[in-house]
Amino acid sequence: MANNLIARGLKRCSTRRFLLWIAPWAALLAFGLYSAGLCLVEGLNQTNMDNRFAFGLWIFLDLTVIALGAGAFFTGFLLYILKVDELRAVINSAVVIGLVCYSGAVAVLMVDVGQPLRAWFTFWYPNVHSMLTEVTFCITCYLTVLFIEYLPIVLKNRKLREIPTFLVFEFELHKLIYVLAGVGTFLSFFHQGSLGGLYGVLRGRPFAFREGLAVWPSTFFLFIISAAAVGPSFVLLTTWLVEKISRKPLVRPAVLELLGRISGLLLAVYVLAKTVDTLVWINRTSPESGFPAAQYYSWRPFGTWILFAEIVLFGLVPALIMLTPRLRAHTGWLVSAAAMACCGVALNRFVQTIQTLALPTLSFDKFLSYYPSWQEVGTFLAVVAYGALVYSFSFRYFQLFPEERERYQI
Amino acid sequence: MNAQKKYGMSIDVDRCTGCGSCMVACAVENNIPPAHAGANDRNGLTWIRVYKVDNGEDYPGKRSAFIPVLCQQCGEHTPCASVCPQQAVDVDPRTGIVGQMPERCLGCRYCMAACPYHARYFNWWDPRWPAGMEKTLNPDVAPRMRGVVEKCNFCHGRWHAAKQKAAAAGKSEIEPGDYVPACVEACPTGAIRFGDLNDPSNDLRHPDSFRLLKKLGTDPKIYYRSKRDWVRNVAQASRPVSSQKEASHG
Ligand code: SF4
Ligand code: SF4
Repeated sequence: MANNLIARGLKRCSTRRFLLWIAPWAALLAFGLYSAGLCLVEGLNQTNMDNRFAFGLWIFLDLTVIALGAGAFFTGFLLYILKVDELRAVINSAVVIGLVCYSGAVAVLMVDVGQPLRAWFTFWYPNVHSMLTEVTFCITCYLTVLFIEYLPIVLKNRKLREIPTFLVFEFELHKLIYVLAGVGTFLSFFHQGSLGGLYGVLRGRPFAFREGLAVWPSTFFLFIISAAAVGPSFVLLTTWLVEKISRKPLVRPAVLELLGRISGLLLAVYVLAKTVDTLVWINRTSPESGFPAAQYYSWRPFGTWILFAEIVLFGLVPALIMLTPRLRAHTGWLVSAAAMACCGVALNRFVQTIQTLALPTLSFDKFLSYYPSWQEVGTFLAVVAYGALVYSFSFRYFQLFPEERERYQI
Repeated sequence: MNAQKKYGMSIDVDRCTGCGSCMVACAVENNIPPAHAGANDRNGLTWIRVYKVDNGEDYPGKRSAFIPVLCQQCGEHTPCASVCPQQAVDVDPRTGIVGQMPERCLGCRYCMAACPYHARYFNWWDPRWPAGMEKTLNPDVAPRMRGVVEKCNFCHGRWHAAKQKAAAAGKSEIEPGDYVPACVEACPTGAIRFGDLNDPSNDLRHPDSFRLLKKLGTDPKIYYRSKRDWVRNVAQASRPVSSQKEASHG
């Protein structure tokens, strides 16, 4: 029966093999849900955060996952608004990745707050000056957009198409796709930016505080560019991984190369902007708050190597690889560069969240450290498992890569 | 119309012996469950932290001092108030006191990341009092539940009581002596003084005093003073001095 759900013309493994593949992920999900359940029932005392290290692993990974999920909006923007038609080959996959990343991050955020049942207060008593309000509004709206974008992918399923109402509904939804892409892009620009703003506005944390334009600190813009840069890289990386795991050619190599080129270009812009921002911060913003920037890097293990790794090793280097046609044409280089770009964004989010909190502000205070508890790690593993499961089911039963069928017939 | 107040404090570091009376008085006044021995930032809660600092020298030149740090009631760009997504933090324009509404708090802890003084505290645990001790709770202050943030509010319950007393006497202004936070009252050496910073008759803002992290531009309302140069240097150093020597707090 389950095999009747697989799209015509596509080859998928046997149900038994599929079950064997998903079993470990399901076990991981169960463990993760147990960890999250403990945090919800017993409280956040299950974590290793404390009154001075009040944000931890979850915020860092949320910010990273949301940046990686940016491929959904950015691919949609390029395909539907800028008409880069080659990207049709990966758009469905990008939407699933986006949906998984965003819904997973929101779920973890719900565990991370002390009173999740009060989340609606933000809509009722919004503080319009808070970046978190902007994040909450935009992410909630964008998640809705992602669900709507995911629906046509589901409704195209072989069995579901047999129901006429669904067919009509899917057709109608398709007409909306340009509007959705536009709205999604607008919302994403704002929440990626306001996630950057979250830390950039912290006047009390001179390590993170940045000047900017109007109400937005420079990190607002840097987060938008970096997310737009690594989104395509992550789509590239997942596509390559799925090709390897499923042992099937899913897209033309030219599509991966195009994703790499887009990523490389934006990454280069990001590296430039980040360099200028860092120089302004070192020479002006930080000293003006009474903190010579050099002192931040006197605290081990956060030496200047972290700045070098962020900007050069995981920024400039992958950008150059992806912008060099000869290297880009080589899958090994391309995939490694995409992976490096993703690591770069993760490192940047780590610096913003964890390093900011670890560094002391009061001159007589100490350097703070924190290690996540197993419940924190478990909760996050639930998101990874959930992502793997949603993606696996989507790949098996929906057509994530429209070129897959043609590529078989070649 | 009442004259606008700007409540603030002056803490004389040279008088502070690090006895912790202010911390205990604060906990009792504000219904903070008593911390067990060895409590830390994860399992204990206090609205005042008393830091121990030293001059970095070895015996016999070693000198120590204690610096109590509580919410500094930031008056400009109040970091915690501006970031709270659901307006659970407000600055009272009548008093300048930064208030916290635990009933509205989501427990997102963004304000804690924003506060440069680590002066905000999250209820990681359910508040619990030893059997019988709940009878000593202060009826003027609502205890907080697990999952919300709290902090010093200059004993808001006492401010309300003073307002009521003034109103009962037909006055619109409270008598300065009627509104004194618990820590000020409890300090055995009189190191903490409290009052209206707008009132020129008190010298809370003595020219010799200094404020912590003043350069951040948040206009803190706690003024510290010390006659010892090294204390002033340690407290205002532009780079954390503890990179050489770790400060402890207790
Ligand atoms: S010291 Fe911290 S808690 Fe107090 S007003 Fe300033 S930012 Fe807010
Ligand atoms: S923890 Fe509470 S008071 Fe602090 S920012 Fe979040 S909602 Fe506001």
